[in-house]
Amino acid sequence: MRTVYAISGGVSKFAKAKPDKTYQAVVKEAYDYAIEDIGLTFSQFRELVDGSVASYFSDHFTRQLMAAIMAQDYLGLCPKPSHRVEGGGATGGICFQEAWKAIASGYMDICVAYGFETMSHVETWKGNEFIALASDVSFDYPVGGFYSGYYAMMVTRHMKEFGTTVEQLAHVSVKNHANAFHNPYAQKRRRLTIEDVRNAPMVAWPLTRLDICVMSDGAAAAILCSEEGLSRLEAAGAEVPRPLVRVPGIGRGTDAMRMADRPRQSFDDFVECNLLPNEDTAETLAYYRELWADGFRYPGVHSFRAGRMGSKEAYRNAGITDPLTEIDFVELHDAYTSSEIQTYEDMGLCRYGEGGAFAASGKAFMPGVDYGLDLPEEPACPVNPSGGLIACGHPVGATGLMQAVFAIWQLQGSINKHFGDPALQLSNSRRGAIHSHAGTGTYVTVSILEREE
Amino acid sequence: MSKTDPGAKRPETLGGYIVHNLPFPNQLTDETLASLREMAPIQIEQPYSVTYLHSYAQDSPFFAGLTNKVLLGCREPESGYTYATPRGHDMHSGAETDWVVLPNEGTVHAFTVCHFGSEEFLPECPFVLALVEFEGADTLFLTRLVGVDPDEAALDWIGMKVKAKYLRNAKLKPTDVYFVPAE
Repeated sequence: MRTVYAISGGVSKFAKAKPDKTYQAVVKEAYDYAIEDIGLTFSQFRELVDGSVASYFSDHFTRQLMAAIMAQDYLGLCPKPSHRVEGGGATGGICFQEAWKAIASGYMDICVAYGFETMSHVETWKGNEFIALASDVSFDYPVGGFYSGYYAMMVTRHMKEFGTTVEQLAHVSVKNHANAFHNPYAQKRRRLTIEDVRNAPMVAWPLTRLDICVMSDGAAAAILCSEEGLSRLEAAGAEVPRPLVRVPGIGRGTDAMRMADRPRQSFDDFVECNLLPNEDTAETLAYYRELWADGFRYPGVHSFRAGRMGSKEAYRNAGITDPLTEIDFVELHDAYTSSEIQTYEDMGLCRYGEGGAFAASGKAFMPGVDYGLDLPEEPACPVNPSGGLIACGHPVGATGLMQAVFAIWQLQGSINKHFGDPALQLSNSRRGAIHSHAGTGTYVTVSILEREE
Repeated sequence: MSKTDPGAKRPETLGGYIVHNLPFPNQLTDETLASLREMAPIQIEQPYSVTYLHSYAQDSPFFAGLTNKVLLGCREPESGYTYATPRGHDMHSGAETDWVVLPNEGTVHAFTVCHFGSEEFLPECPFVLALVEFEGADTLFLTRLVGVDPDEAALDWIGMKVKAKYLRNAKLKPTDVYFVPAE
């Protein structure tokens, strides 16, 4: 595999609705930004780029089949190679990884990954219906198909199993909304209290409206290249910031569509297949053995085996053995406050069962941002410094790419340049992880980005 | 060359238009054409409706079971791994599964109260979704739980013993079975 560099990106402002532009024109906003940021013109880049990967989730929302080719031609990328990818909420993350594969394999030297979603053309309740069609239409959807309901069932089980509290969930909402206060691209920039989150209208018990991301219109684009591609771009006058940002490893996992089908693995199977290297200690093994003795089901409906396997593969490929100390920040798929907590565990930032306490500990918070909370611990690995899906919005096909763009900027040290506010720039940020997640945990991608030393 | 008609016209009808006129420059000049960039977007309604002929295929006996007040599951013939939601082939061996009768009672494994939802189910809010576990089954079953107060949701609903009830007039949906507290 060749080294893959992520050199530039762009994000359209995410909004509830963007009726003033077609989705193609919204993609172009993000695409043009990514090109301008390396100092090239549209025509120069058009000549240099080898091809693209496009992502959007739902043909229902767009009501336009093959919508991606209409973005491809709008961007002037025809007749170069391209394809559309789709994998539910992980669509954007899959798109980033397919572009990575195009470069790593030697198929392309310069590849642009772009993604979009137009969710505003239907009412929210119709949107909920479209999204719920991403559950088994024979056995799940007709029972009362509603994704917030599916996630809320995971929450009640997590609470029952591990003693997780709604206040711990609310910490995630307060954190991500407060982070987004400094991110001009975000849809919801608000300073909230734990009480605000709990007093918001109940959507699916115990998740309130402030525990759940909103629907959005938006697009994002990222440019990936090889050494050769970088030379070609620079020969044409591109100004690519140093140190470079590379993508040393990707990982992906899957699980059954129906939550009801999630298996019940034995402790031995878990240790053999799902344990992370940092968990392979006598103490942690004893901790897990005790969970199994208490009737713990893995993955059950409280844990995402796909997220664990995606993390495990990405960490192995990037040479990470202790994520909490070796990763400086994570942009993860917080469609729900609860799924952020579940994902802490899958990604090994804490052990299974400890996500609630981790959320309220302060370890996932940003240094220097005022949250109005009394947090017992110092930040260790800020999670969703951008504000995540909960505050930035979730135009599905763009979301995973938005994470990539914010990670590129974070590692380039250029947050202030792009946000016009330095608050979310971590000092000396060397390595980040991005995590994109579909369904009730069906496809999960984890990609590692790091600054070249 | 065949005969052509430069005066051909599509017939105009009165039906279907939404407005008679939209604001537009009276004179088309460079300036007024450039000003069109400032025009607000036109948004129109596009209804969409379709009826599918959906086949339950190899899962059909499950729905026939519900109409006869029987809850069926599937079992791998060798390992005995039992699915509480039908599945034609086993995930581990790939073998075709056998139909088995599930117990009429189970326990709540997880639940939620939906106060909001998809358009199709909005009129039914608030409603309770639950995943039920059964003695002897390895996987769960998604269902509606009734007979509990949606405004009094509490974590101790998990573990509650529940029993299956069936719609008298089956709709051939998984909701032909639902659960109520057993005691």
